[in-house]
Amino acid sequence: MYQYSDFDAAYVAERNRQFRAQVERRIDGSLTEDEFRPLRLMNGLYLQLHAYMLRVAIPYGTLNSGQMRQLAMIADKFDKGYGHFTTRQNIQYNWPKLPDVPDILDALADVQMHAIQTSGNTIRNVTADHFAGAAADEVADPRPVAELIRQWSTDHPEFQFLPRKFKVAVAGGKIDRAVTRAHDVGIRIVERDGQIGYEIIVGGGLGRTPMIGKTIHDFLPEADLLPYLEAIVSVWNLLGRRDNKYKARIKITVHENGLDEIKRLVDDRFALIRPQFSGVDQALLAEIKAQFQPPAFRNAPEDAFAAAYDADPLFRSWADTNLAEHRAPGYAIVQISIKKHGDTPGDATSEQMRVMADLAERYGHDELRISHEQNVILPHVHKSDLPAIYAALRDVDLHTANIGLVSDIIACPGMDYCALATARSIPIAQQIAVRFDELKLEHEIGDLKIKISGCINACGHHHVGHIGILGLDRAGVENYQITLGGDATDDAKIGERAGPGFSYTEIVPAIERLVKAYLDHRTSKDETFAQAYTRLGAAPFKAALYPEKEARANAA
Amino acid sequence: MPKAFTPKVVTANHLLEGDVIYLANDGGWTRRLEEAEVLMDEDYAAVRLGEVESRQSEVVGPYLADVTVGPKGVQTTHFREEFRKTGPSNYNHGKQAEAV
Repeated sequence: MYQYSDFDAAYVAERNRQFRAQVERRIDGSLTEDEFRPLRLMNGLYLQLHAYMLRVAIPYGTLNSGQMRQLAMIADKFDKGYGHFTTRQNIQYNWPKLPDVPDILDALADVQMHAIQTSGNTIRNVTADHFAGAAADEVADPRPVAELIRQWSTDHPEFQFLPRKFKVAVAGGKIDRAVTRAHDVGIRIVERDGQIGYEIIVGGGLGRTPMIGKTIHDFLPEADLLPYLEAIVSVWNLLGRRDNKYKARIKITVHENGLDEIKRLVDDRFALIRPQFSGVDQALLAEIKAQFQPPAFRNAPEDAFAAAYDADPLFRSWADTNLAEHRAPGYAIVQISIKKHGDTPGDATSEQMRVMADLAERYGHDELRISHEQNVILPHVHKSDLPAIYAALRDVDLHTANIGLVSDIIACPGMDYCALATARSIPIAQQIAVRFDELKLEHEIGDLKIKISGCINACGHHHVGHIGILGLDRAGVENYQITLGGDATDDAKIGERAGPGFSYTEIVPAIERLVKAYLDHRTSKDETFAQAYTRLGAAPFKAALYPEKEARANAA
Repeated sequence: MPKAFTPKVVTANHLLEGDVIYLANDGGWTRRLEEAEVLMDEDYAAVRLGEVESRQSEVVGPYLADVTVGPKGVQTTHFREEFRKTGPSNYNHGKQAEAV
């Protein structure tokens, strides 16, 4: 894992010192809220419905045990004993008090963490494949590139007042687990004739106007990455629509100008600035790469795993559902579900954080990951240690076997917390999970991604859910729109709106009808919801959602 | 005839705690909607909001929120204000936990 250099440590300490003074000046009345607001946002501090909210960056979703324990300590000392893992691999504290925030930031700096550029019109925390360094299908570890971009983008003088926020994701596997096509810039590490290069995707994004990113360069040489990225952001910085907040993201710039024109401008800009990159960035990348060496995997028998797998059906179900294939023989990637039926998606208590930290330290080469699907990953676990890990997780209710299933729901905080939200998300997710657990249908249904956003900004990625749910305020009442057929993977697709929305009490039964329609129509258990939707189209699903309309049509 | 005025309260978030507060009759802040000053007149509501907008070192983002006054006392009219008054629905946190 990357360790802060003296420069990094001094930079974060200085930023924290500045923010402490800014908070003092706000409290003593020297700064108005209008003056203070941009300063607090630069440090990840929002004001939400019931309290302040601090968004802490977890760069490319990677943590060690010491960092996870510190997050637990902060939850206990400064918050209400829990934290919320987000769809951008960050953690949010929902209840900090303004005078405590400088102390929280110092506690984060003690473990090489910060909240810089987790808000505001800057290049945000860079996300990455949560299986980085572990996935069997990996071309190269995306984290060194993500760290290089983090260093380049932090306080980049040209990019502190961008037209709008700018999100970068990096994927290093043959499978895209970082939703690169829904980011302002997505980077996929690819190999061609033994050479590593990057596919650069631009202009993706969800929100009010969802767009799938387009490939602007199919094989960018490694050494050109930073100047090319700088050229893209630079072109958008000049061209981006500052006149209209809703048209300011790069997806609109690409859409309005066309990919060819953007590519021409980027190429011109790139030609101009490329000579300024003397190779320092590549020397730095080499140093960063050296800090992401794979751990020393051990050769050991897997008998303990096989014995537990045969003997314990609950362990077997968990192993079948929550493990992913590791590139090293005898190893597995453990996905810890933070989606117990009825609990809040992504919320972990301080006790749960400490248990996960202990497990990472003892069995997992001291590494943890946060996924954009709001779960926690132990990326490197030898299979013989899985029974012990399962037992420890069970003791703190972290053993739910539902990764990728109907109850593994992405949900934004919604109107239970968020000042921007137009409806609640969390209770909908809780009720859907509980309902399908009662029906005991979850494993029968198989792979199905439900994603819920509490407003048009789409933090809950509803556009790319197989089933998306968008909560709106319709004449002062919560109303939920369903989208169908979205996809967050390599074949990224924006879901289509199914029809009129449902009330708070109607939405869960509507989802149940929808899923039962899938079960009725699928050719076999091997045909997933997404495949069935592709084959059948929306009609049978709409019929299930709106049976009265169907009945009227039949009567006519 | 002019359109009937919907009664209002002045609400904001507390600068230090960040929690929801309401302006009371005496010009102080209360954390309970029931104790808020209900403003029945448009001009007076604007005056009261104007007064607190200069109290920057106490509160953040003051605005006027619609309420109704009936047999049950002061009630919110929109679900957003009801959540602000109560707290989140997934945990017993916020105002609902503080109410005795």
